[in-house]
Amino acid sequence: MTRRRFFPHPWLSLFLFGIWQLLMNDLSAATLAAGALLAWGIPLLTRRFWPDPPRPRKPLVALRLTLCVLGDIVAANLQVARLILGPARKLRPAFVEYPVALSDPFAVGALASIISLTPGTVTADVSPDRKTLLIHALDVANEQELIDTIKNRYEKPLQEVFPCSQTPF
Amino acid sequence: MLSNAILISLAIMSAAAALNMLRLLKGPDLPDRILALDTLYINALAIIILLGLYLASDLFFEAALIIAVMGFVGTVAVAKHLLRGDIIE
Amino acid sequence: MNFAFWIEALVAALILAGSVFALIGSIGLWKLPDFFMRLHGPTKATTLGVGALVIGSLLYFSTRGAGLSLHELLITIFLFLTAPVSANLLAKAALHQELKRSKKTKGKVWPQ
Repeated sequence: MTRRRFFPHPWLSLFLFGIWQLLMNDLSAATLAAGALLAWGIPLLTRRFWPDPPRPRKPLVALRLTLCVLGDIVAANLQVARLILGPARKLRPAFVEYPVALSDPFAVGALASIISLTPGTVTADVSPDRKTLLIHALDVANEQELIDTIKNRYEKPLQEVFPCSQTPF
Repeated sequence: MLSNAILISLAIMSAAAALNMLRLLKGPDLPDRILALDTLYINALAIIILLGLYLASDLFFEAALIIAVMGFVGTVAVAKHLLRGDIIE
Repeated sequence: MNFAFWIEALVAALILAGSVFALIGSIGLWKLPDFFMRLHGPTKATTLGVGALVIGSLLYFSTRGAGLSLHELLITIFLFLTAPVSANLLAKAALHQELKRSKKTKGKVWPQ
């Protein structure tokens, strides 16, 4: 337990370290040292604000998911651009209820963000028990198809990255 | 070539900002106006990045980052205000 | 036709593409019929628009000979983290205010 007490959030530390290097925009020894100090100190001091950190597994799957999402953002942006420039009366907007299988609150948040980031769909609301997302889509031909696409492309990998439901809210 | 491309981009961004202003003035509801303001700050950020490229100066980066941060906080605060009628709970 | 020329051409193409995407987002904001559809224009096209601009700026400053300059990436990271949050809050506010929706909209909204 001591490792967790003195170094509570390794992923947050890594993120802060990267942000600091980007902000300073050089790689001198002083920047690296200050970055390491901040990356160790900030999670330690703000420990109480992060009650139960998510523990990602399978970094390769996470990396593949990130690349897949970035690719989809570009591809679907072109599609939404075509929809916007086309005639507005041919659009088929819809509210779709999406059943969530994930149990980790962080993972549900990540899924909602991914849905909002990929063009054509926005997460409008989350049900209080976090089991259903209300999605607004710009142009839906078949609602079940949209749900299946989200499930296979984003939720399945997220389930692999955040497998256990150890986070009681 | 690059400076011409930047000038054309600035013209396009100005057209985008003008469209946002029209939506901001027309409304019809408060969320529409907030959305227009949200888009407007992102466009302002893009214009500042373009200006930094045009003047070949790295100093504009901080301004763009601060606009991003403040714009996000502003949008969240106003949207929360619409949701709850109160920002600080 | 040297290396610097092609870099310059690439930067020019990226910033033009970025600003065209931002313009398309604003066109969507202007012409789409109801709030929930308008929400799609800016939150998407603007994110990719600024993304392309930032990558162009990153390329330009990194190839000037003053070393790598990656800090523009921070803007993109920040926008990608915050765009879903503000879109979600705006959608919730609109649901709360019970804005009228385009008549063709399928599906029901939840009572707030």
